[in-house]
Amino acid sequence: MSDHDQSTQLAPPAGAAEPGSTKSDPILVVDNVVRHFGGMTAVDVGHLEVQRGVITALIGPNGAGKTTFFNLITGFDRPTAGAHWSFDGSALDKTSASRVARAGMVRTFQLTKALNRMTVMDNMMLGARGQTGENLFLSWLKPLWSNQEKEIRDKALGLLERFKLLDKQDDYAGSLSGGQRKLLEMARALMSDPKMIMLDEPMAGVNPALTQSLLGHIQALRDDGMTVLFVEHDMHMVRHISDWVVVMAEGKLIAEGKAGEVMANPVVIDAYLGAHHDTDLGDDALLEEGSDMEEQLADEVAEEETSREDQA
Amino acid sequence: MKVRPWRRLRASSRAVALLLLTLLVAPLTLWLASSPASAADTLCLPDDKSACLAGTIRSEEDVVPDAELTVTGPKGFEESVTTSETGKWNVKVTELGAYTVTLDEESLGDDLEALDTVGKTNVAKFKTTRAVVIEVRTTNYSGETSWIEYFTKSAISGLRLGLLLALASVGLSLIYGTTGLSNFAHAEQVTMGGLLGYAVINLGGLNLWLGGLIVVIICGFTGWLQDRVMWQPLRRRGLGLIQLMIVTIGLSLALQYVFQYFVGARSVRVVKENPETFNIGFVELTYQSVAAMLISIVVLGGVGYALLYTRIGRATRAVADNPALAASSGIDVDKVIRLVWTASAALAGLSGILYALVTGNIKWDSGMQILLLLFAAVTLGGLGTAFGALVGSIIIGLVIELAPVAHVPGDFKYAAAMLILILVLMFRPQGLLGRAERVG
Amino acid sequence: MDTVINILNSMAREAIAPQTAAVAIAVIGLNVHFGFTGLLNMGQAGYMLVGAYGFAISVREGAPLPVAILIGLAASVVLSLVLGLPTLKLRGDYLAIVTISAAEIIRFIGRQPLLENVTGAAQGIPGGDYRVPFQDLSFLGAGQTSFGPWNYFNTGVNGWWVRVVAWGVVFLGVLIVWLLARSPWGRLLKGIREDEDAIRSLGKNVFAIKMQALIIGGMFGALAGMIYVLPSSVQPDSMGRQLTFFCWTAILLGGAATIFGPVLGAVLFYATRIFIKGFANATVPDSIMNTQQTEQFSWIVVGVALMLLVIFRPQGILGKKRELQFNV
Repeated sequence: MSDHDQSTQLAPPAGAAEPGSTKSDPILVVDNVVRHFGGMTAVDVGHLEVQRGVITALIGPNGAGKTTFFNLITGFDRPTAGAHWSFDGSALDKTSASRVARAGMVRTFQLTKALNRMTVMDNMMLGARGQTGENLFLSWLKPLWSNQEKEIRDKALGLLERFKLLDKQDDYAGSLSGGQRKLLEMARALMSDPKMIMLDEPMAGVNPALTQSLLGHIQALRDDGMTVLFVEHDMHMVRHISDWVVVMAEGKLIAEGKAGEVMANPVVIDAYLGAHHDTDLGDDALLEEGSDMEEQLADEVAEEETSREDQA
Repeated sequence: MKVRPWRRLRASSRAVALLLLTLLVAPLTLWLASSPASAADTLCLPDDKSACLAGTIRSEEDVVPDAELTVTGPKGFEESVTTSETGKWNVKVTELGAYTVTLDEESLGDDLEALDTVGKTNVAKFKTTRAVVIEVRTTNYSGETSWIEYFTKSAISGLRLGLLLALASVGLSLIYGTTGLSNFAHAEQVTMGGLLGYAVINLGGLNLWLGGLIVVIICGFTGWLQDRVMWQPLRRRGLGLIQLMIVTIGLSLALQYVFQYFVGARSVRVVKENPETFNIGFVELTYQSVAAMLISIVVLGGVGYALLYTRIGRATRAVADNPALAASSGIDVDKVIRLVWTASAALAGLSGILYALVTGNIKWDSGMQILLLLFAAVTLGGLGTAFGALVGSIIIGLVIELAPVAHVPGDFKYAAAMLILILVLMFRPQGLLGRAERVG
Repeated sequence: MDTVINILNSMAREAIAPQTAAVAIAVIGLNVHFGFTGLLNMGQAGYMLVGAYGFAISVREGAPLPVAILIGLAASVVLSLVLGLPTLKLRGDYLAIVTISAAEIIRFIGRQPLLENVTGAAQGIPGGDYRVPFQDLSFLGAGQTSFGPWNYFNTGVNGWWVRVVAWGVVFLGVLIVWLLARSPWGRLLKGIREDEDAIRSLGKNVFAIKMQALIIGGMFGALAGMIYVLPSSVQPDSMGRQLTFFCWTAILLGGAATIFGPVLGAVLFYATRIFIKGFANATVPDSIMNTQQTEQFSWIVVGVALMLLVIFRPQGILGKKRELQFNV
């Protein structure tokens, strides 16, 4: 945990493991978010605060409702009833996904949503906020938006360089590797200058070599003053980079605190580690995501074949 | 005109009358179009410089002979005419423009009265025949009982239509559930059933029951074949659902014209004779339509039982629920889908032959005309749920047939089905029996 | 040899016919829907019919030409709103179901005997009722002009004037789509086609943009309908689902999400259909296939062609194979 010592003063003061504890400067406050599927309760979160300017990890066993919870607070799914949450002071309940994003809370997806049949650069350009040319009535007059377009392109080039995707800018996003697509998705999210970035399993399906650079990017974001909330299976990653860890099980928050403390908490061990206490959770997660990775590989192979056909 | 008793009973009966009028225009125009020879009384044949006005005066009981009418029109045109033994009348005119036909109510006799003695029409061009309808009632005709009668009849037709739709839509929904495909060619499977019925029973001279059975078997085979040579290979090829859907649209178009190629654009019948009828109370029914309803109920019951209680049925529902999970739990997904295609095509074929029997005719685009109703039914019930499709079909059938009772004229009833579809999508997109989908 | 020349001549005539141009415009609209945005509009013929009715009825009732065109366009906007509001938030095939149904219902209602005074019921509205103001605009004068296989009256009911205007509108349509497609707005459309959740997560109002695309494509449809009826009459049955399917075949033939694909597709589609018909008429004896049946045969070929195109060459003639234009 030595690698994030410089950030500990930003972290919430207490190492307390009470779920739903208050933070000194919460950017996101969630109350009473409940979601039922049929008779099953997928998510039932009473209260959660996310501290500004730190990396918070949301962990939990499979089916704990982490992704559903993500979907709910980002407007991609609707809570069953009576929920209330606010971001940076303004209420977000009953807000559409796009407004949530415009409020400054931008997310990525577990199954990467790179726009495969568009170039990397076009993907990036889509991320920028407030484009004049995206107004239908002004779009056909190029002089109105060409300058802005240049600025956006420059910004995109900067981000692509930072994420080491610069030489891929004219490739189709579908031709990138799984890990590169994750990077692209993250870079695209950053195009909109979000206040908080929410990453849904950023490390899933990424090869180990890229994982390290991904982690570095996430920490760099925090150091730039951004708030990061991410969902992750892999305990090692969580341990390495998170300032604060929130644990969900069966739709409920069961604990939160510093990584070391949370992982020592018997409640967490029971719920999360359960019978597999001895096994390496990181490996489990990789195994599960294996199929996803295979899929991506298959896609890439197909893509290459097509390009060869095209040239022929 | 003095206020009639029935008019006091229902303030809005004028609308009912308007409706009845529209309902009567359809058969009338059919008569005008199809059999000029039967209007042997005094035939009016329009030519390049003339047009005909024609109509039949009939009450709810019988045609009315010897009724006197006066036709007035442009340039002081005035001609009187008396209806024939079959209640028919016609007038030849040589000027374009608006014409008014007035019925002399005195000529009807004491036990008849007109709803409205005046009929209007506009002759827009020569060489046409314009139908003018003047509606006549017996004086003891009560608007109240007639409404109940009308309602009951329509409700029974609605139920019948609903059951026939259900036969087709259950398959549509099962295909959607197991493969995710919206099959636009499903309606052509319905048409195919009816047209094969025409070929086997009417042309081939086979017994109705045996012929029907053969038709259903052939239709089932076409479903099996389709999946064998087309859908399964395309699934293996990894063709996207949207592409597959466009393929079904191409198939639908090709099949429609294959039908037209062989049968032509005319309507054909499955059996040559007119169906025999019987009465329950005031409701007249044909034996065929009662048999069709019973067969539908039995078959739908069988499908429901199979889905709920047999191994293969449970497997089908498991595949519809989650194909990947079903596959990993040892279910042969391809086999289930093959069976679904076969059964769906057979059910659609049965629906088609029953539809042709009940409505008396079938033509190349009959299926396409009910496709909208099928989709509305399936969406209303919940895409992918077999029982939802059943419930949705019954509701749509009732709505379609009861819409005229609620003063919705003619083909506007299809608009009523569309309205339901839109309302469902707005307020309960997963349908009545569907579950909300998990997002993300 | 004469037969060959006859077939080629009629193909050439069909290729520049005003109705081919009209369908090209409808396909340009469909390209905005399907090619760029991924919207499954299965009722483009419904948009055409709405536009044709709006235009023809307005002119007949005495509205000036520009007003009548605006009314036709406005009618298509209303249709887009009615169809889009309930469906654009749902999965794509709902729009397909609703549009195909709506197009049929518009046709049914247009055929209603009750509406005879408005829509002319099944007989439709004769061209003479609305054509005159358009013809009066012609500056080509009277007389006849011959050009290769094309020999028409300069103005006439179905002459050079309507051809010039129709293809002028096609050109304008191509220009507009090109301007829109190269803009950031066009980029948004493609993004939505690829993955609308991703676009949503970037803070864009996906629903509004899809609605804009639906409206614009629908307006092209309405415009196409107006041109379609100019040389003939407003016949509800001539704008049924078959016409929608032609549009789909044409767009897949030419190449979805390309700028010139729709035009190329429409021209090729109609010319090829004439070729199939002429060829079948000339080579297959009447005892096997009579004239009526060659007509039907040509439709069967269209249906099968649509299937084969989607399966084997979904990118069409002008599309890039690498950029397959479907949401998979």
